[in-house]
Amino acid sequence: MKVTVDEDKCCGAGTCVMVAPDVFDQREDDGVVVLLDVQPTADLHESVREAANMCPAAAIALDEQS
Amino acid sequence: MSAAGSVLVVGASAAGLATAEALRRGGHAGPVTVLGAERHLPYDRPPLSKKVLAGEWEPDRVRLRQDSALAALDAEFVLGDAAVGFDAATRTARTASGRELSADAVVLATGVRPRTLPGADGLDGVHVLRTLEDSVALRADLAAASRLVVVGEGVLGAEIAATARTMGLDVTMVGPQPAPMAGLLGPLVSGRLAALHSGRGVDLRLGTGVDGVTGEHRVTGVRLDTGEVLPAEVVVVAIGAVPETGWLAGSGLELDDGVVCDSRCRAAPGVYAVGDVARWWDERLGAQVRLENRTHATEQAGVVAANVLGADRAYSPIPYFWTDQHDVKIQVHGTLPPDAEVSVVDGDLDGGRFVARYRHDGRTTGVLGWNMAKQTRIRRQEIIDDSPAPAAQR
Ligand SMILES: Cc1cc2nc3c(=O)[nH]c(=O)nc-3n(C[C@H](O)[C@H](O)[C@H](O)COP(=O)(O)OP(=O)(O)OC[C@H]3O[C@@H](n4cnc5c(N)ncnc54)[C@H](O)[C@@H]3O)c2cc1C
Ligand code: SF4
Repeated sequence: MKVTVDEDKCCGAGTCVMVAPDVFDQREDDGVVVLLDVQPTADLHESVREAANMCPAAAIALDEQS
Repeated sequence: MSAAGSVLVVGASAAGLATAEALRRGGHAGPVTVLGAERHLPYDRPPLSKKVLAGEWEPDRVRLRQDSALAALDAEFVLGDAAVGFDAATRTARTASGRELSADAVVLATGVRPRTLPGADGLDGVHVLRTLEDSVALRADLAAASRLVVVGEGVLGAEIAATARTMGLDVTMVGPQPAPMAGLLGPLVSGRLAALHSGRGVDLRLGTGVDGVTGEHRVTGVRLDTGEVLPAEVVVVAIGAVPETGWLAGSGLELDDGVVCDSRCRAAPGVYAVGDVARWWDERLGAQVRLENRTHATEQAGVVAANVLGADRAYSPIPYFWTDQHDVKIQVHGTLPPDAEVSVVDGDLDGGRFVARYRHDGRTTGVLGWNMAKQTRIRRQEIIDDSPAPAAQR
């Protein structure tokens, strides 16, 4: 799985950080998402999918193929 | 319902889409139909008063999911055809074009529509903002004008005023409250917001009601309760919204400023409501609640989908919304009662970044961040720690 984030869409909700703290963080200054792990291991996939789905700005995209 | 039954979702926007997605994630294998009045595939509304209105984003960037994701969802989208009638007993919706759609479970996700100003309908230059078309039309009108009056000092009015300033217009904001979003944020923060808007050149004419608009074919001004007329080339009316439930009259469902639901978001056997249109019994708050915000649409959809598939989950969220105005991003977790005690707990008021904590009856009920998103999200935990035990189910 490969994760990409669109910083320009992110509204700083932090939902992704609450759902998958090993993969997402937020910048201190403006709260925009920081991707900690571009290719998370399989045990994290479920929570990453949940984070992508819960993101209110549709700012997280997943490529399940790679 | 078994995972193989059929589901009809009425309303093809944030809440409707999220419901369909959560059904599939929850293992639902049966047919899913999503019926929508708009001709567009699901798109996101928050950028309409910000990026799209400002011209920073092309309109098609607001789409919520790309074709591949929608194909994988395997749902049938019936678009550009509004539901005009519903029978809760047979779970059958009738559409404007004459279709009849029935399903084992129906999820109502028709959102809200903007309230309008009596007498202003049909006058050129008067706008509301809810849809993509609204945003594009307002942008075009603003590009050709120099003087905008925003009627409404709530979140949407304040965002539009801020965006229009970046487009170089003379902007006046009118409304009965003493400061932008005063009823929502309380005096401390709304006072800051008033200073922010004034400092960026928005003329605040607050604390006065609006009587109507002037003009014959095209609007020429906004008339205040005081009799004064503020000249305007374009007027945006942003005075709140009403749940889109007209089509449910006579359906057998209880309607009262939204579709009335139990704590499971169920309005009748096999009928659920989700998003802006739903009013449900919140067990933690011991009250009926209806929310109009973007994260709620997705969060409630997760619970509704689970319940459609046979779970028995109560919905009791910690509400969250954000707003962008000028260069300030405000984040609000929880609820901010009007008589809450407000104190700054991170940053400082004058530094342009802070977190304010709202306490009521000895509990933290909400936190508000001003350009401090991450710290605000961390402080959200205090709301959870202070939450009362759930009240008895209704
Ligand atoms: C301009 C704007 C800016 C916003 N900014 C923010 C923000 O910054 N932060 C935030 O948290 N929230 C924001 N919101 C609120 C957020 O967009 C809504 O809470 C969210 O869209 C609710 O989703 P929904 O699916 O319940 O309703 P809606 O998005 O209103 O969708 C309802 C859909 O149902 C369709 N429909 C209605 N009647 C029928 C019918 N009879 N038959 C079939 N279909 C029907 C409608 O056409 C619509 O597509 C904003 C809203 C607007 C309008
Ligand atoms: S959930 Fe989405 S909007 Fe919120 S911080 Fe994460 S990426 Fe940004």
